Amino acid sequence: MGDILNIVLKRLGLGLVTLLVISIIIFGAVELLPGDIAQAVLGQGATEENLAALREQLGLNRAAPIRYFEWLGNAVTGDFGRSLVSQTPVSEAIFTRFGNTLFLALYAAIIAVPVAIFLGVLVALYRNTVFDRVANVVTLTSISSPEFFLGYVLILFLAVKGGYFPAIAKIDDGMSLVDKLDRTFLPALTMVLVVVAHMMRMTRASIINLLASPYVEMARLKGVPAWKVIVKHTLPNAWAPVINVVALNLAYLVTGVVLVEVVFVYPGIGQLLVDAVTKRDFPVVQACCLIFAATFILLNLAADVGSILTNPRLRHPK
Amino acid sequence: MNYFIIGFYALLIGASSLAAYYQKRTPFVLLFSLTLVSFVMGIVGGESMLWAVTLLAGMIAFSAGVSYSFREFLVLILPRDLAKEMRTAPLTAGFGLFVIFTYAISGIFAPIIAPFGEAEVISSAFAPADENMLLGADQLGRDMFSRIIYGARNTVGLALLATILAFAMGATAGLYAATKGGKLDQLLGRIVDVIMSIPSLIFSLLLLSIFGTNTATLIIVIAIIYAPRVFRLARSVGGNVVVMDYIEAAKLRGEGTWYLIRKEILPNSSAPLIAEFGLEFCFVFLLVAGLSFLGLGIQPPTADWGSMVRENATLISFGEITPLIPAGAIALLTVAVNFVVDWMLYRSSGLKE
Repeated sequence: MGDILNIVLKRLGLGLVTLLVISIIIFGAVELLPGDIAQAVLGQGATEENLAALREQLGLNRAAPIRYFEWLGNAVTGDFGRSLVSQTPVSEAIFTRFGNTLFLALYAAIIAVPVAIFLGVLVALYRNTVFDRVANVVTLTSISSPEFFLGYVLILFLAVKGGYFPAIAKIDDGMSLVDKLDRTFLPALTMVLVVVAHMMRMTRASIINLLASPYVEMARLKGVPAWKVIVKHTLPNAWAPVINVVALNLAYLVTGVVLVEVVFVYPGIGQLLVDAVTKRDFPVVQACCLIFAATFILLNLAADVGSILTNPRLRHPK
Repeated sequence: MNYFIIGFYALLIGASSLAAYYQKRTPFVLLFSLTLVSFVMGIVGGESMLWAVTLLAGMIAFSAGVSYSFREFLVLILPRDLAKEMRTAPLTAGFGLFVIFTYAISGIFAPIIAPFGEAEVISSAFAPADENMLLGADQLGRDMFSRIIYGARNTVGLALLATILAFAMGATAGLYAATKGGKLDQLLGRIVDVIMSIPSLIFSLLLLSIFGTNTATLIIVIAIIYAPRVFRLARSVGGNVVVMDYIEAAKLRGEGTWYLIRKEILPNSSAPLIAEFGLEFCFVFLLVAGLSFLGLGIQPPTADWGSMVRENATLISFGEITPLIPAGAIALLTVAVNFVVDWMLYRSSGLKE
């Protein structure tokens, strides 16, 4: 057990260091602005007094490293400063919206993961048949389509023409869970389509990779039925790559929602980020980027740890 | 029951019986499952659904036909060794090549093909299609068809430029790191790790919010974000080549690093790199389209597929498919490139099981 704990802790430390470096990049990028934030906000026509006043207010007169540590310290305790546009605290807007984004991602994941693994096993079982080839073309198409294309196709057919689901996913805290699930069904379905296709292909590939191993040959020769070869002999060994893929796709779900949120006007953090970028509201941009990056790194870590735990060979490194 | 429905099922059942009689397994399974699916579809959606099924089947058959003839055409005109490869290519690869060819033509000859200029206002906003305008007008009254054609030049051109830049940086750095090794290799590796641990769309939004959105920054930002993927591949492929004896021989001959990369390593690692170029192009293209869709990519009035989707999105709520056309154009090209890459990867990896 000590070994595993050691490896996991090492990975966690590495993840923390990466996050620290990224926070420096996010902070430093804004410092690279031609002029500084005050100049960017007030524009070319600003008077010297106005600039000086804003600089004073934002604390821009101090050295960058000091401001970085202040920013980081506040960010860790959940305080991201004030928005330049609305002057309200950034964290207020972010936390409810981040909750919404996580809700949507979780919703999509709960549908997508079982479906993808089941279908992946199925296509691996019927590999090189018509079914497999059709599945190959369909999944490739779904991966290659931009999210907004899938989103608008779903809106056109299921919302406007069919009238089964609402086209705009506006939710608020007062709604019941069933209502929320109904409202967010189309955005969730859009993400499910993209993610299922990807996970399914990876599951298929990792199972087929193992089918050439001697123990599979052995199982076949002793007369084990084809589905049992896959479910009993191949799948346990394929878990490591599959878990990896699932975690990576969850990371995609949390970060790739930006486009889906914009299409469905969903009040998530992605839309907030896009708005902030167009308005050049830097504290909000920094906060959103930091949260996205942290989630992404966390899920990648989970992928690493998951594949170590399911693979005895990685658990006992030589 | 009308003649269409009777004819529809009679044709399907007759064709599947024929396939069964002649012991053609694959066509039979396809036709019969189509019959079963259309039973369900017919009960749920009625005649209009059956029309949709017919249309879809017709489109698939048509594109299969086009891909087949395009593949045969390529077999005839290509030199002998390439033709041999083409002959065994799957139909999907033929389809992909055909689509890429079409896009290239419309991109290169855009001003000749398009009936109107890309920024030319010729009628009222959202005017429906007529004999002048194949696809109607957009939100300012510009011809949708002409803008789609110009979009092939602008959107694809920008994505291609960004990919080439990313590739040049990534591959050069990767092969150099593989040849030199040591501290520089480690340093580059860590930089790449950091860039890759930030989600690409988020990173590009951060950078674009700071440097603004003109075409040159867009290309550079995207190239920086996607170069690390190429770097990793180039480094690992190059790493396998560097340990070969002929590299040792070249080193003993006194050749410089640059010569080694260009003349010895690059030719021996080109196959995976070319496939990666296709994949990379898909990612870049989707990112460019996504950024334009968010209003942060190519700026108006330049015609661009991503922003065209956004500008015409309101039409969706009236049941119009206009915004789906540029979005579909993006999807079609990515699918086509993926089909071709899939075939090339299959060929080079020898995945036969």
